[in-house]
Amino acid sequence: MTKWWKYPLWLLLGVGFGAVLTSAQVISVVRVRRMFAFQEPHMFLVIGSAVVTGVLSLLILKALRKTKTDLSGQPMDFKKRPFQPGIVIGGLIFGIGWYLTAACPGPIYALIGTGTWTALMILAGALGGTWLYGWLKPKLPH
Amino acid sequence: MEIAITDPLPWYLAGPLLGLFVPLMLLLTGKEPGVSSSFRHACAVLPGAKLVTYFRYDVLKDGLWQILFVTGILLGGTLVQFGLGGAGVPLFLPENLTAAGLALLFAGGVLVGFGTRYADGCTSGHTIAGISNLSWPSVVASVCFIVGGTVASLVDRLVFGGLVP
Repeated sequence: MTKWWKYPLWLLLGVGFGAVLTSAQVISVVRVRRMFAFQEPHMFLVIGSAVVTGVLSLLILKALRKTKTDLSGQPMDFKKRPFQPGIVIGGLIFGIGWYLTAACPGPIYALIGTGTWTALMILAGALGGTWLYGWLKPKLPH
Repeated sequence: MEIAITDPLPWYLAGPLLGLFVPLMLLLTGKEPGVSSSFRHACAVLPGAKLVTYFRYDVLKDGLWQILFVTGILLGGTLVQFGLGGAGVPLFLPENLTAAGLALLFAGGVLVGFGTRYADGCTSGHTIAGISNLSWPSVVASVCFIVGGTVASLVDRLVFGGLVP
């Protein structure tokens, strides 16, 4: 059983994640369009330094915590994402959608939170696209 | 186009903060940050979802943590916009508000939903969490995200006369 205190913690962690996304302006169409036109490095620097920090801190965490369990003693859920054609095809399709909407999934929620109602259209589309994927999944190469 | 922009939270603070969510969430809760699976959870509770194998699972058991996490992300946007001085940058363009603009946002959203589910992850799950876990398919996925967006940008600007705000 999941420890009860994890539930409010996930909400709080989300608030922190969303606040950083918003403050760093990576949810803005201005920043996203400038990134994909290679006109300013801001987005690349945010993403790049996030990746470097993640890699280094996870190496340290794994070295210090050989049991691979969290503070409640439950195993850390490292998601396995094996290579399959969807990594490339889905990745390219998502990239085009990211340009068109200027929002990857995290920012869609953050945008709605800022009162940017147009993001509801993006969310509706994303749910439609997810439904389409679920429906077509047996026919797609994996 | 004349637009009012204040400086963002600098990248050297924002990036490391986002990256630290990977070890922090794993250590505190056992989960990696990830967002796009929340679309699956949302679809799985819709009527008729159980007709599709992909949506046949226990959403409360497997997805509640993520539903709380993305609800938090939404509230984080609210907190900054209304409590901490605002994002300081336009969050939509006038062109988004036309019927064609809204249709394009919806269509783009379809690509975001389909693409992230087919790739099994988005910028948080693949680029931040996946690469942090040294998973090479996540590196490939992340490169594809950027390539897809860059090609879309080129086509928009060269073929449709799109402007960079």
